Amino acid sequence: MSFPILTSLVALPIVGAVLLLFVRARPGDDGEQTARMTRRIALVVSALVFVETLLLWARFNPASADFQFVERHAWIPSFGISYAVGVDGISLFLLVLTGFLTPIALLSSWESVHTQTKAFCMFVLLLESAMMGVFVSLDLFLFYVFWDAMLVPMYFLIGIWGYDRRIYAAIKFMLYTMAGSVLMLLAILGLAVLHYNATGSYSFDLLKMYALNVPRPVQFWFFLAFGLAFAIKVPLFPFHTWLPDAHVEAPTAGSVILAGVLLKMGTYGLLRFAFPLFPQAAEFFAPALAVLAVVGIIYGALVAMVQPDMKKLVAYSSVSHLGFVVLGLTAMNTQGVQGAVYQMLNHGVSTGGLFLIVGMLSDRRHTRLIAEFGGLKKVMPHLVAVFLIVTLSSIGLPGLNGFVGEFLILLGAFRWDPTLAAFAATGVILSATYMLWMFQRVNYGTVTNEKNAHLPDLRPREWFVIVPIIAVAILMGVLPNLFLAPIAPSVEKLLNQFHQSTTTRIEAKAGAVGRVLSDPADRRVRKDPPYVESAR
Amino acid sequence: MLLLIPLLPLVGFLINASFGRRISKGASGAVACAAILASFAVSVLAVSQLVALPEDSRALVSHAFTWITSGTLNVGLTLRLDPLSAVMILVVSGIGSLIHVYSTAYMHEETDCEYARYFSYLNLFAAFMLLLVLGANFLVMFVGWEGVGLCSYLLIGFWYQKQSASDAGKKAFIVNRIGDFGFVLGVLLAFVRFGSLDFQEIARSAATLSPETTFGTVSLITLLLFVGATGKSAQIPLFVWLPDAMEGPTPVSALIHAATMVTAGVYMIGRNAVLFSHAPQTLTIVAIIGAATALMAGTIGLVQNDIKRVLAYSTVSQLGYMFLAMGVGAYGAGIFHLYTHAFFKALLFLGSGAVIHALHGEQDLRHMGGLRKDLPITYWTFVIGAMAIAGVPGLAGFFSKDEILSSVYFGGHQILWAVGLLTALLTAIYMFRLVFLAFHGERSENVAADASSHQPPATSHSSDSPQPPATSHHLHDAPPAMAFALIVLAIGSVFAGYVSRGGWLDHFLEPSFAPQTLEHAVDGGMETTLMVIASVTATAGILIAVFYFLRSRTAADGIANTFAALHRVLLNKYYVDEAYDATIVQPIHIVSKDALWKIVDARILDGAVNGAGETVGGLSEALRRVQTGSVRAYAGSVFFGAVMILGYYLWR
Repeated sequence: MSFPILTSLVALPIVGAVLLLFVRARPGDDGEQTARMTRRIALVVSALVFVETLLLWARFNPASADFQFVERHAWIPSFGISYAVGVDGISLFLLVLTGFLTPIALLSSWESVHTQTKAFCMFVLLLESAMMGVFVSLDLFLFYVFWDAMLVPMYFLIGIWGYDRRIYAAIKFMLYTMAGSVLMLLAILGLAVLHYNATGSYSFDLLKMYALNVPRPVQFWFFLAFGLAFAIKVPLFPFHTWLPDAHVEAPTAGSVILAGVLLKMGTYGLLRFAFPLFPQAAEFFAPALAVLAVVGIIYGALVAMVQPDMKKLVAYSSVSHLGFVVLGLTAMNTQGVQGAVYQMLNHGVSTGGLFLIVGMLSDRRHTRLIAEFGGLKKVMPHLVAVFLIVTLSSIGLPGLNGFVGEFLILLGAFRWDPTLAAFAATGVILSATYMLWMFQRVNYGTVTNEKNAHLPDLRPREWFVIVPIIAVAILMGVLPNLFLAPIAPSVEKLLNQFHQSTTTRIEAKAGAVGRVLSDPADRRVRKDPPYVESAR
Repeated sequence: MLLLIPLLPLVGFLINASFGRRISKGASGAVACAAILASFAVSVLAVSQLVALPEDSRALVSHAFTWITSGTLNVGLTLRLDPLSAVMILVVSGIGSLIHVYSTAYMHEETDCEYARYFSYLNLFAAFMLLLVLGANFLVMFVGWEGVGLCSYLLIGFWYQKQSASDAGKKAFIVNRIGDFGFVLGVLLAFVRFGSLDFQEIARSAATLSPETTFGTVSLITLLLFVGATGKSAQIPLFVWLPDAMEGPTPVSALIHAATMVTAGVYMIGRNAVLFSHAPQTLTIVAIIGAATALMAGTIGLVQNDIKRVLAYSTVSQLGYMFLAMGVGAYGAGIFHLYTHAFFKALLFLGSGAVIHALHGEQDLRHMGGLRKDLPITYWTFVIGAMAIAGVPGLAGFFSKDEILSSVYFGGHQILWAVGLLTALLTAIYMFRLVFLAFHGERSENVAADASSHQPPATSHSSDSPQPPATSHHLHDAPPAMAFALIVLAIGSVFAGYVSRGGWLDHFLEPSFAPQTLEHAVDGGMETTLMVIASVTATAGILIAVFYFLRSRTAADGIANTFAALHRVLLNKYYVDEAYDATIVQPIHIVSKDALWKIVDARILDGAVNGAGETVGGLSEALRRVQTGSVRAYAGSVFFGAVMILGYYLWR
């Protein structure tokens, strides 16, 4: 049997966390030495996990659409619950992203976390383990366990090491997310019962569920249950109000992981579970989801524009960016879905980077209010230079990562519904507006606040934190095919299955469009626009 | 080899961006100049290879790698050199080189690291601009398109400590993004319609269609693309960023905001000439917008007092001219004017830079005068530039302008022709007004006092560099590096027009626009008549300027007073900025802040969530109260429940 690499991805952070339990203060130590030791161990473990995700990428067969490195072990056989994990093109890079961001998050809080360092590092590692678990689960029950397990460490990260209103934000985060996931649990149990009715045995196996013929009315209810859980997590407008609070109150490491990885859980869930399990319902609800996504793009951007707090601004910008991802998914064609998957990664890198930089500023000044800053370019030229690059990546400048995802999503959405795409594209204008306005107020002009006059520029540790982000942003902008190629087969397979299960009405329309576009997988166009007519 | 053309300035950028803080001014200037000059040399080499090819296969293609693949979308980082891009790379790298050289002297008062920062941006700009004109498909062009926008943003806001400069940079970026919104949608629609983003493939598919008689898909594609062009090339309604862009250092204004970047929209139409030719309705819109912009900007240029703003409006106006040409299908004439304009407008800007440099940052024309004695090189080169743009026969501008006007006339657009002619008259007037105010008469420092009451705050902005205005005693003419650039450009402004002799340029460019270049029946006699009319117009304009601004300035003031309301409207640029601010910027801001954030988000959405939480909390509280611990109360409630259940069954 080959090395269980996926299990080790889940287990290694837990092992690290357990290891930290044994770090004890030596006699005569003031705690600082222990803390340093703890941080180092945690960093090394998370770095090892990252290396492992890179190995996974290297050994991943990019031509295959199937799940790879699959492991299956019976867990609770009487209910058909198994430990089943696997990775395909859709989850591969989300694992790599998790592996990439965790050490960066740890490193970013090297000095800002003073209290209970050991517990902090343990929670970060446990969180990493749960996130890996969510992305590799092929069993619905297992998925649900990891899904809820994620909440606990995040709850403590916000509640213990957060800013002033951290308790409020932590509880809100916890309750809001739980409220969504309870309904999902019911739907998961319902699926198991359906499976029992159909075959005589319970199962939570995702692949078996894909094959299950769920009656159309049931699909609607189950889709709504799953959809609500995921919509809250995304967060999709109007379920987003927990996000600004959670982000603003979370410590930098928490914000980076929250924005970088946790927000992807929602869109990943839609793509992996809600859409393929309930295709007919998805087909029915897709337009509504898309409209909410576009509203979120514009609404998030407008509200971001008027925020006085940098972290809140970035948080609302996430609502806008994640709206793009959902829009790409709902288009359910090659470019839309590939763009959505790509944009999940982009958002992790760009917004993670923005939170890192805001964290650096707030470490120095203990405020995140834009009005408190101004003229930083003169004081900290290096920090402002990297700030600029991350800003540009976030607003989708071609040549950097954001553009590729946004363009593919817009293309996918445009092929589905040009009007929605046109509305979504206004987000491109608005994102430039709010980001550059913030950038100007923080960095340009003269130093008006004496406290800013002598701030130190990037420290060596901070270089280590931010340079990888920038390197990845450039890499993903210049060589996107490095990532798009392994994603493609799994996306095609998913789309094929999806479109086979949806109504024949769509198939009939696809014939006409297919002739023009000559791409069997890109068949989803809801209405025949005039240009299709004139091409024939 | 084509890849080297944008790559060399990119390397220059990387060197200055990484090590700029550690090397001397001389070194960073040398690196930047070497990079762009090397790029120019390679460009010349590449173009000479191109010209050596037989006429019907004049194209060099260089494919670096496949950039984005997704389904049927397959976009390569591919560069293609054809006659049109040949003209463009020569202009960009050639004039770019001169401006780099000029800048080594102009920016010399900056500190080492600011100097390096300046040159790194300038190199980066050249790299993106060359990518823009060499890109073989829409997406590569768009990389350049956005990249030059970024550099424009950075260079306009180069003196970032000045609020007006960073405001202007941001405004430029955002207004351009509004244009990009249209551009991107146009690209998406083009892909959906033609299944490709490659210019050549799109042109090939489009060529098989017949021109759209009604407003169809191709018309929509081209109109959306044109929206992008109005942003980048500062046309109505998105021209408002360009005058503000004058906050940047003057060589930047010359390179980016006159000679190269702002012409990208014109180039883009030329690049998609086949597509535009199939959309006659879009072309009509292009022509009308172009003519209207030319006239509007020309009228504003008449009354501005900031030397760079006059030139900025002049640029907007001349760009309008180019769009007018494109709109009547005279692509060759439009590109020809783009090319000649690059010479004389760069020259005029660099000349104004020499003036500003000599006066230590003074930009207000009313504080100038009599400079011709102190700045002879600047003066004579500036006059050549002014004559060229005014359309004095024999100079570059005359040929290109004449070609545009006659194309418009023979295209059957007499009204647009008249507008063009009127603009030509205005051009001659405002250019020579500028010449006379700056270089003739006597220098007076107190004139401003009474005149500045008309001055809106936006134009009375402060100067390029922080030094106080110098007295008129020891003024220095342009230093060698600057003088060199001025002289070369002056020579170009005289002779650049002769490439069109015998239709050589048109013929050379034809493959890029073929097969749809519109041929109009040209009447030889009428052509001569038009040429005479154009010459007379230019001369008349200069004479008007001589009368009002050289002989009798009181007469000019008299006119301004007679038409005081009109004068004020022009001074305030038709209040377009104010109108945009009141109807778009402020409403969005207020709605976002007071309605969306404070009411929808905080009260309604979050209020509902917190309300739900409180309801649950309240219910729990109520339930907690029920748990009294009193056995009698529990027994009572059990009894009550039993009765209710029994009652339900009985009653049913």
